[in-house]
Amino acid sequence: MFRGSFVSRDREAYGKFTPNPDQVMSAKSKGKSIVTIFPDWCKGCGICAAFCPVKVMELNDQGKAVVVREEECINCGFCELHCPDFAIMVQPKVDSEIPAGSKSAHVNAAPNGSVESEKSIKEKG
Amino acid sequence: MARPKKKKNKEIFALGNEAVVEGALLAGCDFYAGYPITPSSEIMEIMAQRLPRIPNGSFVQMEDEIGGLGAVIGASLAGRKALTATSGPGFSLMQEHIGYGCITETPLVIVNVMRGGPSTGLPTSPAQGDVQQARWGTHGDHSIIVLSASNVQECLEMTIEAFNLAEKYRTPVILLIDEITAHTREKITIPNEAEFEVFNRTLPTMPPEWYKPYEETVRGVPPMPAIGSGYRFHVTGLTHDVNGFPTSRPDEVRELNERLFRKIDQFLHDVQIVEEIDTEDAEVAVIAYGTVARSAELAVKQARDLGVKAGLLKLKTLFPYPRKATEKLMYRAKTIIVPEMNMGQISREVKRVNNGQVSVRTINKVDGQIITPAEILKVLTRV
Amino acid sequence: MADIKGTQLIHEYLRHNKKFPHVFCSGCGHGIVLGSLIRSIHGLGLSKDDVCIVAGIGCSGRLAAYVDFNTVHTCHGRALTFATGIKMAKPGMHVIVVMGDGDSMAIGGNHLIHAARRNIGVTALILNNNIYGMTGGQCSPTTPAGANTQTTPMGQMEQSFDCVELCTAAGANFVARGSVFHVKRLDSMIMEGIKNPGFGVVEIMTPCFTQYGRKNGFKSPVEMFHALKKNVVKRERFDEIPEADRGEKVPSGIFVQKDTPGLEEKFYEMAARCQGGK
Repeated sequence: MFRGSFVSRDREAYGKFTPNPDQVMSAKSKGKSIVTIFPDWCKGCGICAAFCPVKVMELNDQGKAVVVREEECINCGFCELHCPDFAIMVQPKVDSEIPAGSKSAHVNAAPNGSVESEKSIKEKG
Repeated sequence: MARPKKKKNKEIFALGNEAVVEGALLAGCDFYAGYPITPSSEIMEIMAQRLPRIPNGSFVQMEDEIGGLGAVIGASLAGRKALTATSGPGFSLMQEHIGYGCITETPLVIVNVMRGGPSTGLPTSPAQGDVQQARWGTHGDHSIIVLSASNVQECLEMTIEAFNLAEKYRTPVILLIDEITAHTREKITIPNEAEFEVFNRTLPTMPPEWYKPYEETVRGVPPMPAIGSGYRFHVTGLTHDVNGFPTSRPDEVRELNERLFRKIDQFLHDVQIVEEIDTEDAEVAVIAYGTVARSAELAVKQARDLGVKAGLLKLKTLFPYPRKATEKLMYRAKTIIVPEMNMGQISREVKRVNNGQVSVRTINKVDGQIITPAEILKVLTRV
Repeated sequence: MADIKGTQLIHEYLRHNKKFPHVFCSGCGHGIVLGSLIRSIHGLGLSKDDVCIVAGIGCSGRLAAYVDFNTVHTCHGRALTFATGIKMAKPGMHVIVVMGDGDSMAIGGNHLIHAARRNIGVTALILNNNIYGMTGGQCSPTTPAGANTQTTPMGQMEQSFDCVELCTAAGANFVARGSVFHVKRLDSMIMEGIKNPGFGVVEIMTPCFTQYGRKNGFKSPVEMFHALKKNVVKRERFDEIPEADRGEKVPSGIFVQKDTPGLEEKFYEMAARCQGGK
């Protein structure tokens, strides 16, 4: 399966192993994602803001990344893959789970690492 | 009526180096990594023969002694009982990893077959010049156990002892033998399984999520799981806290460093092995170790024949230095003779114990030749 | 864990009792490598208990402490020797060695070439940032000629090592080069490296803005990522570029992929023969 040239192997690997296959560049789904930034973990390197194809993020006056145009997000996954500090999370928007007023609340806490706690942060929102 | 046949112990005719291998295998050693160096190479050669033949045994020849001890530490972390053997220059290269073994509390055994030094020195001649290096060679304050063996039978016994102490106290143990003992071939008895004890490291019994790799225990020695046994922990050469993560908090640093000393110091009676020969009424006593102890044993016997009340304290543990045994000797003896194939490395320890009541005389020889019984007897009869 | 993706997945593999954010500087690529490594291990479906991360000294050495695997932080340059011992003792373990460029090719150069020659079944990730980062910005064996560092204030005069060619010549089973900008390619390379038997090397170009970039004309970490984007090209495309136009470009991709069994496989096969024939 993994014989042959690098290119074909590469392509095969995408389908098989990439843990988040729905986030590859081709799966464009504008406005269907929630972008969360944990400011406690963000070190303000600016990679996400510089390379985001639709400029969802910007650096604020404290030098930390903030989400400014979430509705433009095409869920390409670049920021999530390239954030060296694991401070960005892109999740699909599920209307029933996320109350409308909670978006700003995502920004308030760093994750404890477990999924439960991230959910609870949202709920507290 | 058939009398139950007494199982006779196996006797073999072996080199000191071969006896080390026999002892190691009896103690459960199943990993060897190293780099060949005269005069220790036979240990490696025989291990290469024997280890593939025992279940789970593994052997690897590394690119240098640094790599050898590195692989030994790695294997020990992965739950093996690991051995490496070397000589002077290789022992110098290993010092960095000995320190790593001390701070990460990894059980391992290093056999150093001492040859003449410094540097390349005398590769095929005996010396005892690595004694203080074995204690203080690696940088930083640390505790360590150093053993020695004076004949081929002792090579076997002390290797078993070295593994037991390493496993019991989670520490590197260095066994110092010298070229003469390593290359002497004599008859030795292989003990039956019932005749010696094999100690294995304490494994944790708590669930993995409760396990703290460097937690204080009653003995001061935390339990040690193997890598891959479900206990995922961090091992680091940085000063670490009880969870194994790097720290520079003074209280945690002090706690670790003090425990590393305490875990051995509170069991000195178990660690310090000495043999006393005619010491009860000795007025002049010899303190010796390694091959020299063998010469001293004969010299003491000859001195007794001549009417001199001589005795011998044979050190099998060199460090932590057997202070109590030396003090006991000093209650009665007026003169203590320390013959060594160096310019005075253990005699320094003897002088530290002595508070002025006895005179400590040294016999030093650094010409690559053994100290003969006659040389010791000469001093014994003169004092 | 199957439905967790992206950053959430990475959080699952981080040690919860470690302090975050991690120790790396702003804009350092090491965090990206850490993420890539976690995704690769997850993608291969390996159990946390079956993975052992062995790291050397330096910035890359700090990487091991953050992940919830069996982790060993060793002496400077010696990570591969420890890994050899672990792999020989536990051949079923997936041993991944994380080293820096100075760690692997300067002080540990001997161990690197011999691990490649010995073909021990470990995967080495060499995080090449062209500088000694944690020590304070001294020149490393991969510092490009002319670069300004703490120990080469007038510019580096020596040649630099090409890690890929070094490991290929030493006989490694798997040799690849990736960069932290091309993360998905990096993911697949690390996965291939872990799966491949024998010794695997993945050289990862990662920028060090704090110690290297600032002194060599980069204004921000982002600029260094732009440089990576521009200069790291697939090896097929690199071969097409005429030599005069290559400039600072470096080829990336998988350079060597052989399926020679690793030393541990050969050893245990031999041991089984020895024990069977007794």
